[in-house]
Amino acid sequence: MTAHPVLRLSGITKRFGTTLANDAISIDLAPGEVLALLGENGAGKTTLMSILFGHYTPDAGTVEVAGAQLPPGKPRAAIRAGVGMVHQHFSLAANLTVLDNVMTGTESLWQLKSSTSKARRELLSIAERFGLKVNPDTRVGDLSVGEQQRVEILKALYNDAKILILDEPTAVLTNIEAETLFATLRVMAQNGLSLIFISHKLNEVMAAADRVVVLRGGKVVAERLAAATSRAELAELMVGRRVARPVREAATSGPILLEAINLDVGRRLSGINFAVRAGETLGIIGVSGNGQTALGHLVSGLVQHSGGELRLFDHAVNQTSVRALIEAGIGRIPEDRNAEGAIGEMAIWENAVLERIWEFSRHGLVDRRAARQFAAQIIEGFDVRGGTPDSRTRLLSGGNMQKLILGRNLQSRPRILIAAQPTRGLDEGAIAAVHTRILEARRAGTGVLLISEDLDEVVSLADRIQAIVKGRLSPPVPAEQADARMLGLMMAGDWPQDGTLAHAS
Amino acid sequence: MRLERRAHRPLVLVLLAPVIAIVTALAISGVLIAIAGAPVLEAYRLIITGAFGTRLGFTETLTRATPLMLTGLAAAVAFRARVWNIGAEGQFYLGAIAVAAVAATVFSGWPPYLLIPSSLMVGAIAGMVTLLVPLGLRLRFGVDEVVTSLLINFVVVLFVSMMIEGPLKDPLAFGWPQSIPVGADAMLPKLIDRTRLHIGLLIAIVVAVLVYFLQSRTVFGMQSRAAGLSPTAATFAGVPLAKTLIKVACLSGGLAGLAGAIEVTGVKGYVTTDLSPGYGYSGIIVAMLANLHPIGVIAAALFTAAMFVGADSMGRALGIPSYIADVTVSLSLLTMLVSIFFTQYRIRR
Amino acid sequence: MELLEIFASAGIWGAVLRIATPLIFGTLGALVCERAGVLNLGIEGIMTFGAMIGWLTVFSGGDLWVGLLAAAAFGALFGLLHAGMTVTLGLSQHVTGLGITLFASSLSYFIFRLVVPLASSPPTIEPFQPLVIPVLSTLPFFGDALFNQTAPTYLAILLAAILAYVLFRTPLGLAVRMTGENPHGAEAQGVNPIAIRIGAVMVGSALMAIGGAFLTLSAFNSFFPTMVQGRGWVCIALVVFASWRPGRALLGALLFALFDAYQLRLQAVLGKAVPYQLFLMVPYVLSIIALIVMARRARVPQALMQPYRRGER
Repeated sequence: MTAHPVLRLSGITKRFGTTLANDAISIDLAPGEVLALLGENGAGKTTLMSILFGHYTPDAGTVEVAGAQLPPGKPRAAIRAGVGMVHQHFSLAANLTVLDNVMTGTESLWQLKSSTSKARRELLSIAERFGLKVNPDTRVGDLSVGEQQRVEILKALYNDAKILILDEPTAVLTNIEAETLFATLRVMAQNGLSLIFISHKLNEVMAAADRVVVLRGGKVVAERLAAATSRAELAELMVGRRVARPVREAATSGPILLEAINLDVGRRLSGINFAVRAGETLGIIGVSGNGQTALGHLVSGLVQHSGGELRLFDHAVNQTSVRALIEAGIGRIPEDRNAEGAIGEMAIWENAVLERIWEFSRHGLVDRRAARQFAAQIIEGFDVRGGTPDSRTRLLSGGNMQKLILGRNLQSRPRILIAAQPTRGLDEGAIAAVHTRILEARRAGTGVLLISEDLDEVVSLADRIQAIVKGRLSPPVPAEQADARMLGLMMAGDWPQDGTLAHAS
Repeated sequence: MRLERRAHRPLVLVLLAPVIAIVTALAISGVLIAIAGAPVLEAYRLIITGAFGTRLGFTETLTRATPLMLTGLAAAVAFRARVWNIGAEGQFYLGAIAVAAVAATVFSGWPPYLLIPSSLMVGAIAGMVTLLVPLGLRLRFGVDEVVTSLLINFVVVLFVSMMIEGPLKDPLAFGWPQSIPVGADAMLPKLIDRTRLHIGLLIAIVVAVLVYFLQSRTVFGMQSRAAGLSPTAATFAGVPLAKTLIKVACLSGGLAGLAGAIEVTGVKGYVTTDLSPGYGYSGIIVAMLANLHPIGVIAAALFTAAMFVGADSMGRALGIPSYIADVTVSLSLLTMLVSIFFTQYRIRR
Repeated sequence: MELLEIFASAGIWGAVLRIATPLIFGTLGALVCERAGVLNLGIEGIMTFGAMIGWLTVFSGGDLWVGLLAAAAFGALFGLLHAGMTVTLGLSQHVTGLGITLFASSLSYFIFRLVVPLASSPPTIEPFQPLVIPVLSTLPFFGDALFNQTAPTYLAILLAAILAYVLFRTPLGLAVRMTGENPHGAEAQGVNPIAIRIGAVMVGSALMAIGGAFLTLSAFNSFFPTMVQGRGWVCIALVVFASWRPGRALLGALLFALFDAYQLRLQAVLGKAVPYQLFLMVPYVLSIIALIVMARRARVPQALMQPYRRGER
């Protein structure tokens, strides 16, 4: 231990039903220190921080700030003690102004008048000091994502935070925005603030933290100084066992199956070009919110293109529909499996056949036997654990739900597979399973369009890579030629307009 | 202490939920009866004997349950697809007045086997149209159909009142505002002579079974459930959302309109503005008590009707306002909501 | 032009204020609930109960103001019931609200019938008398048009101003708005969204009940079943029309009352030529039109009708 800790978590234990989310976790934080909390999804990071912030009451253990114990389950007490939290999903109100958002809860509720002008002055001076520029009277809904995060940080600073917790702060940022953020964090640490940031990205942990605490399965498994560890060591500590992700083998690609020529979708996609070939994976990388959703919806039959040409199996298509695309042999993995991919309250067999119900019905009557059989085949063939055809889908874990979705698409050997964020939020084991299936489909001649924000995933699965930036697509580069620098430039929208990126670099 | 979602819903609890809800509601009403100064157990006994104890009482319960089954189904079908049809009362009345308008005029002289089904059909169509207005407003303008369908209830009742004091006024009714009669040929055959019970009861039961079949076995049933549970996922799966909701609205509004048509042709023979003692609103309660299950609607409608009939005779005997039935039934809606909740959640320390 | 002359009489403007008063209370009540994120369809029943209990209090010897207070207290109780079910348990706000409406109205009728077993004509009370304001009430035309109202009417107008101030100028109002927009955000800032919602629904329901009590204690002098006549639903529509702003709610209620007062007088002018039911439909049809016009424009509180459970997203 260096200096006297500003924050001490001792023996924090929290159980949800039968799962032990936090198991006797103890962590100290020194003043001016930047601590990274590294772990996979489900390692217990967010639960731990929610306990620290008073959202949850721990089953055992204590939180001490500057030597004084915080009462459990009281966010207000945490705030008053100087703990500020920047959530992964911002807790901002889009319809209210920046100042409103910042001021909420900072004054006694029964005060007869808000001291608005004083608050505005104070906010502006804090913004000045930390270089976080913002107009207090703008509606938050009108700000960009990066600016909204700035408001989140300002909120904490306005509350006199001495300890700032950032939950996956870079998930929604571009590389450049992320670098700006890390610079800001440095300034804050130099000003004496202590910071904890939660992440599962090794690069940024190595770049930004002084010290790294690794969580796995609800336990602290290791603690390292950033200067005395390596990416490889952290990766192994985080995952625990070596899960080998399958690797793409070389393949020769076939004819073009799906092609976009100067295609527009309203104002969300403009003039995009891409081609998916048989037996090949085309990867689309990019920072969240740059048009991935529109692209996924376009090729899934949910939205229509407003300009340009969409060609399917060498024929121009004017009007698409979900049914037409599925009948043509397109499998679709939606980017949000809980909202779009499955209906939790319906049975597994119903979710298995809903999107191809015409194959499992006659004269408007559902052929329940055939449908259950289909579901049983998927469960068997794709190793879906935790349910029978008749059980409710919401009982499946994320990974198993994704296997169900993969299964219903791959069972009938599609000619094209659209995979939007296919492993978002899954653990390493499930990721490996999903990757294996995608590679298998590619080997069998399916053309795969992979839309993903996970750079590692795209690099390991895709044959060619394009970047999506503000609704535009970069020209493709072969995966072999793509290095981190080039991909970074592509995602920043930095590519020559003549479509010769591959050779230009 | 906090609430935790159950992984499985125990079947026992699901079946027990309405029983617990009704018992709780009855217990609370018991307090009111006691406050009113009547012996509580005696009151309960009188409700039961009033509803089931006599031939007249029993047939009256069944007669009252008939429209409740249909309005209950109307609500159940709509709520399943998250179409908040609160306008069953209006659909009921428009169905009724439509029948009164055509049965003895346009369809005059038709043989009963043609006249009766056609009249009922007209009533159902009128109900459909009444619900398609608020649904259309939701799909086209994004207006919440709860408030519009409620407001339309008032408009429809005023329209009916205008009709029975105007173009459809019965000239032989000594100036009373009532519609021209539908005529003897359009009347539904009685199930038991010298009672009010008519074959509408059988129609309602058959319809309930049909709705059950429709919901559990057909593509429409599956798609409408999907549309209600998750519009986004249903859209992704290619379910035509607007089309499905319109079909649901046709079915739901049609059922409520049919209820009105059957009430007119089964019981009264003409329309007045007190044809329905709130059947449309009670239908919502019936649907919730049945946990939106079509077969459960039959039982829930019987319970609700029995409360009304039984409370009437109990009220007369003990001098208690018969509104106690309304109180009990509406309370049971609230207690049912809570008991359904506890089939899904449990309390943890 | 006879149809326009109606507006020249002081009587219609007095009537507008009178008709508007229960709507102002009801709309503001619903607005408070919805600003915190809770749709309260119990309004129709709560207004009915307020009308009944206000009347009953005065009928049994209570002061008129005590009658209003009793209404507010019982309104708050029904609000607590609604909040307990929709906020604490997170049940469907639609269905719960309707259940409250059905329960509260049937309970009102039950209690009324218990007190007045067989009423040939419903027993009356001595209602609020117009408040004489020195100078203003005696002004020609304006005295009758604007300053010849009972105290609760002035209270309603004052209330709109107070609510506007509280919502937009105080920390409490900000906490309520934040809760209606993003309860997770409120919680993250140390505001307890559950408590805010329960409080808002109770206050809002109390206002609704006062609106109902105005009917028996000022507009009329007795209670009879179905007297609320869908006014609650009209209020729900007016909240949307007002874009959840108290000032516009006041304006909307007045505009609405103007139409209503006009159609009442029109009825007298046009007589039998047009069926009176068409005039009676006007308020309901107007409400529907208001909803259509505002549906896509209004900035709805983002968390309206979304139950909030701690730790769940």
